[in-house]
Amino acid sequence: MTALTDLTIAQAREALDAGEFSARELAEAHIKAMEQHRTLNAFITETPERALADADEADKRRQAGQAAGPMDGIPIAMKDLFCTADVRTTAGSHILEPFTPPYESTVSGRLKAGGSVMLGKANLDEFAMGSANITSYFGPVTNPWVASGGDNRRRVPGGSSGGSAAAVAARVAIAATGTDTGGSIRQPASFCGIVGMKPTYGRCSRWGIVAFASSLDQAGPMTRTVQDAAIMLQAMAGHDPKDSTSAPYQLPDFSAKLREGVKGMKIGVPKEYRIDGMPAEIERIWQHGAEWLRAQGAEVVEISLPHTKYALPTYYIIAPAEASSNLARYDGVRYGLRVPGHDLTEMYENTRAEGFGAEVKRRVMIGTYVLSAGYYDAYYLKAQKVRTLILRDFTQAFEQVDAILTPTAPSAAFVVGEKQDDPVQMYLNDVFTVPASMAGLPAISVPGGLSDGGLPLGLHLIAKPFDEVTLFQAAAALEEAAGFTARPAGF
Amino acid sequence: MALDQATVARIANLARIKVSDDELQAWASDLTAIIDFVEQLDEVNTEGVEPMTGVGDFSLPMRPDVVTDGGYADAVTSNAPEGHDHFFAVPKVVE
Repeated sequence: MTALTDLTIAQAREALDAGEFSARELAEAHIKAMEQHRTLNAFITETPERALADADEADKRRQAGQAAGPMDGIPIAMKDLFCTADVRTTAGSHILEPFTPPYESTVSGRLKAGGSVMLGKANLDEFAMGSANITSYFGPVTNPWVASGGDNRRRVPGGSSGGSAAAVAARVAIAATGTDTGGSIRQPASFCGIVGMKPTYGRCSRWGIVAFASSLDQAGPMTRTVQDAAIMLQAMAGHDPKDSTSAPYQLPDFSAKLREGVKGMKIGVPKEYRIDGMPAEIERIWQHGAEWLRAQGAEVVEISLPHTKYALPTYYIIAPAEASSNLARYDGVRYGLRVPGHDLTEMYENTRAEGFGAEVKRRVMIGTYVLSAGYYDAYYLKAQKVRTLILRDFTQAFEQVDAILTPTAPSAAFVVGEKQDDPVQMYLNDVFTVPASMAGLPAISVPGGLSDGGLPLGLHLIAKPFDEVTLFQAAAALEEAAGFTARPAGF
Repeated sequence: MALDQATVARIANLARIKVSDDELQAWASDLTAIIDFVEQLDEVNTEGVEPMTGVGDFSLPMRPDVVTDGGYADAVTSNAPEGHDHFFAVPKVVE
């Protein structure tokens, strides 16, 4: 029999329904794995007692023939950006270290109502700002993968949802929640060899998620299969009157076309993603992806997204601008850290100087600058206009194709300590994921294969707004063709 | 465009983040590198292009302007670093 920690959501649900084991046994196996793999630092707060209580409730419901849905009894990790009632929520920041929300975010609340079992709050980059999970006040997360050939150096899991990705890859959680502002679900999924999906902006409620950049932030599932991502999104998504940007649409059945294949589908390959200095192994995995889809009957065509190279600089104006506004609330008055000062202003300044880490300060200051008098038009307004052009590129491309295929990240997981001195080098990690974020499009990273060094590499699909069904359909075909079965040694 | 120390001091003040004088130069170089990177956008012709202020083509919903929830003073103030009787307390503002 498969180890309980190796099961997918779909397999575990079937076995739970058949009474092969209880939700409590499933939770216990994962709690044990969580304890065994503490060196990964994937969790900021472990909640084993809560997990067992959730599991007991799930068992009671099943025994009464009233299972809450496909997530009932499934152990998950919750990114520590989702406010969870009576469970500390830190956003990976010193400034929120003492914060225990009295309310539950809509997405975590839906998962709870759907019966999922919360193992703990997963580590992340501070306020979700980072691509290597090295900016957390609670320490970096380690990627469970190491390179082949005796190179045992520790690698980053990607970020910002690095704890979520590491937990799922290490078989500590069957699935995890993530949030994605510029690639924070998809890039760590690629680095850790799992599936990570960012829905269309507006699909999941942002209510109760600690805000980074409100016009970009989206919650999404991180799982080991495409089917699991579709199942989990079904439990997370849906209209919420408490988020005015939540889409007032009925949810489709995200799993509806998982087995329909890509025959007759038109897939675009954007020529502008062939960036200077792209490593040969990334180019190769991308070509494999295109060949796999072609072999299954898709028509693969070259397309043009002319403003691709401007997406990242646009992002690094818009996201910090929104962050500087959102993070103004951390002032030491209503919640979180307070550092005394001789007057009110100095109390604010001391609190924020001590409470925020370097990357958060960097982005708050950039955001403050681009929004300040005299610079607003030159930077912020300009970026908003370029964003219109980026969206227009995609809108035009989707008149021609059903989905777009690109690599997820420009490299495999790098060694801890690399790219840390130069922020712009770190930002380039998100070069392939940011454009879809700017346009609000649904996108997914699926494991495509291993790098020359034996590390996972993801393939990235982007679809039309609110067409997650087609996205999952194409992703399932890609997953099947890739046949990715590798797993990190020792996990 | 290079940011000088005075500009960094002004930004830090607007952002209410204490930056000591001996940190100003390091921040000036750091932020300049990012501003240089984003200034690539100057190459793009945006004449006549409308700024994108949000995603999605649905308009923001309206609702009656009435109180729909409340009465949780305990919960609302439960995380306050300093408070008295459901008030948030701050250092003295007026002498």
